[in-house]
Order: sequence, then C-alpha cells, then structure tokens
Amino acid sequence: MMEGTPKNRIMDEDGIRRAISRISHEIVEKSKGTENLVLVGVRTRGVPLAERIQERILEFENVRLPLGLLDITLYRDDLSMIDVQPVLHETRVPFSIEGKTLILIDDVLFTGRTVRAALNALIDLGRPHKIQLAVLIDRGHRELPIRADFVGKNVPTSSRETISVCLKETDENEEVLLWEKL
Amino acid sequence: MQWMHKDLLDIDNLTAQEIEHILQTAVPMKEVLARPIKKLPTLRGKSIALMFYESSTRTRTSFETAAKILGADITNFSVAQSSVSKGESLLDTAKTLQAMNIDLVVIRHTSSGAPEFLAEWLTAGVINGGDGQHAHPTQALLDYFTIKDHLGGFKGKKILIIGDVLHSRVARSNALGLKKLGAEVTFIGPPTLLSPEMKYLGVKISYDLDKELPGADAVMALRLQLERQQSGLVPSIREYNRLYGLTRERIEKTGKPTIVMHPGPMNRGVEIASDLADSVQSVIEEQVTNGVAVRMALIYLMIGGGTANVVD
Repeated sequence: MMEGTPKNRIMDEDGIRRAISRISHEIVEKSKGTENLVLVGVRTRGVPLAERIQERILEFENVRLPLGLLDITLYRDDLSMIDVQPVLHETRVPFSIEGKTLILIDDVLFTGRTVRAALNALIDLGRPHKIQLAVLIDRGHRELPIRADFVGKNVPTSSRETISVCLKETDENEEVLLWEKL
Repeated sequence: MQWMHKDLLDIDNLTAQEIEHILQTAVPMKEVLARPIKKLPTLRGKSIALMFYESSTRTRTSFETAAKILGADITNFSVAQSSVSKGESLLDTAKTLQAMNIDLVVIRHTSSGAPEFLAEWLTAGVINGGDGQHAHPTQALLDYFTIKDHLGGFKGKKILIIGDVLHSRVARSNALGLKKLGAEVTFIGPPTLLSPEMKYLGVKISYDLDKELPGADAVMALRLQLERQQSGLVPSIREYNRLYGLTRERIEKTGKPTIVMHPGPMNRGVEIASDLADSVQSVIEEQVTNGVAVRMALIYLMIGGGTANVVD
C-alpha cells in the first residue's frame, strides 16, 4: 500500500498494546474518573483504537464509555485539490456530546488538518465541555496550532519519511512502520 | 470508487456499481439531515444554478435544500422573471451561466433533451431535474434508495409501477436502473397509457393490476397527469380509479408487507386512496426525505472533489 521502503519498525504488537494501555490510564487519571467522559474515533484507524481504549477502561474501571465514530471527509479543506475522492462513511455519535469531556482519538498526528476537520465536525454535533486529543503516533510537522493531550509515541520524522499504522481490525498485521518515500 | 461523469442526464449512463455508490454516499448524508445543525462546509464557495422551466415544488426545493446543507450557493433562475420571458434562447441562457462561472446547473424543461443540449455547451456539470417525457434520474435514485432501505436490496424483488406510464419520465428512469440492479419490474396501466413498445426497457407489461399484485414487494403509483388527459386516453377518472387505483383492500392481495410509493404530487382518490397514502405501508414522506439525501450525495460526487478523472 505504501510506496517506498520500510526503514524502521517503530512499534510491534506489544508496543501498541502497552501504549494504548498507558493512554487509557492517563485519560481516566487526567479526568479524575470516568464521569462525563465520552470517546470518539476518527475513521478509519481511530475507530479500532477508540474501541481498544474503551475495552481497557472497562477492564480497570468497570465502566463502558460511550463510543462514537466520526467521518471527517465532508469537512476536509483539500477536497477540491485531491483527485481521488474519498469514499464517504457514516458519522455515528449516538449520544449527546453537550457538556461532555470528549476524547478524540486518531492514529497519527501529522499536519493537524484532520484534527481541525474533526473539531469542526464535532462542534456541528453539539458543544462539549472539553475536547482532548489522543493519538498513537505524533510525527511532528504541524501546519496548524494543534497539539495532542495523550501520545503513544513521539516519532521525529523528516519530510521524506512517512508513518503507517497497521491494526488487526483494518489491516493484516499489527505494527507501526517508518518508511522512506520514493 | 471514483466518480467519472460531468453530468447526470439519465440513468442509462450509469452502471449498477455507480448507482450503488450514489446510494451508499447518501447514507451518511441522511444522517446529516437528522442533526440539529444541518449545515456542512463541504461545498463552500461553489455555486449551483436551478433552472426550472416547468413548475415543480418538491424537486426544486429538494435540490435547493440539498445544496444549501452542503454549503453551496444557489441561484434560482425562475422563468417568469428571467430573460426567457423576453425570448432568450436556451443557448444564450447557457452562455450567460457559463460566463458567471457556475459550477453546476440543475435543469427541468418541458422539452425532452434540453438538459443534454445544455450539457454539451457548458463546462459546468448538468443534472437533469426532469425533461419532458424523457427522464427524471434523481427521482429514480431516491426511489432506489427508499426501496433498498426497506427491502434490503434489489435482486429478485418484484416492483410494480402503475398508471400513466405513457407520460411518465419517472417510470422510464426507474425501470432502467431497477433492471440494472436486478429487480423485476412490471408496468401496469390501461392500454391507452401503456404502449407495448415499452418492453424494450426489459420490463413486463400488464393491463390487469389485480392479477399482478400477489407477491409484489413494492408498488409505485404514478400521478395520472390530469393536464394531459384532454385527448380522451382515459374514459373517465372514476373508471381509471376502479381499475388502477390503489386502496388498502387491494394492497392486501400482495400477501406481503408491501411498501407503497408515489413520486408526488398525488391525486388522492384517483391513483391512490387517501387512507392508503397515510397508512404505515406508505413510504411517500420518506421518499421526500431520501430525495434530499440522494441529491446531496449526487451533488457532492459531481462537484465535491477534483475533476481530473471526469471522462464525460
């Protein structure tokens, strides 16, 4: 799927599991519990990550947090520039986000444009008390003033490199790879 | 899947896969319609002209609503107040729109082929909002969406289209796509309003409604176009109603939880009984809601992305 050569394996299955476990604990710790907490995963790979965080929190807090899915396609700022139009999927947030502490979850934080689109999409659904961002990988190169509140791993990259996150739910294997672009 | 068409003039230029792609894209659009804040930034800065040379309430307002929710700007081009009433030709009107850099034109016209003529001249996309007795592709698409929503799919489903088939662009467009999607379509109506030549569409032709009802999954009543009945094609409205009017008693003959559809506007008590139109089996109001979702999907696919892959 990725053009180029894989240079480095940044995380394996255990690494991903530990990172998610730590983020889950940090979310609960920072919010001082699970009250008013809701999770929203950004399609595609933010969704399985959000489901795993939900599972982890259920295990150690015995609370199943509400979980929503967000498709940000209609909020992208580059729609008229990209040639391959992304397939539109459903946004499903089957609960009110009004007044909630909302944890937005995605796989990689890069330019920040996806997060900007996600924030706009969320605000069209209601007015949460607080939105916090959790990502598995932060690879830098921000183009907008956005930062993550919970990070699995910070990976300094050059602009010639890319990151691919593979998860069992969406891909064949489970790993995070660093690639050198062609 | 990549959208490849500049225009939507009729269903026959679409493959079954492309139709399914539109229907799939309409699902998230319908979710947006149910939100308290029905507004997206997707088509900010795009402009859409609505040119309705023939009267219409639901199609025009449906397109207008769809475009507004997607964030596009609308220019309503109403014939009575435009240069058309001063004798401007369709070509000159088209050139004017071209000069204003409109991104998409929706046209309804009494003459079959008017949208195609416009599409040849404009670099902007053209959607046929109904032309003469030729085609009404967006009505057909919203009907497919409604059928899929209720019946789960199309393969082997028995769909009856009843009434004034002769004058109906809805019937023609519907049949074209339903056949592609794998449904079995039967046209039913009096011989004066249903030519045997219609068989070229691959549909079954019948003059006896009661005989065809058993097993039907969806029945669609067409509007008896009263304004076109001056030439005596129907002996009397009352006789038409007795033979082809849908009623609650009649619909029970299907032996199934059949859905009842109508493209509107309805002549209550002519092609459909008033109590049936308001019954739980009726999906007529849903058709209107789905119409907005499907038109949003279509407009998004046509002008929401890049244009590098457009082939026609």
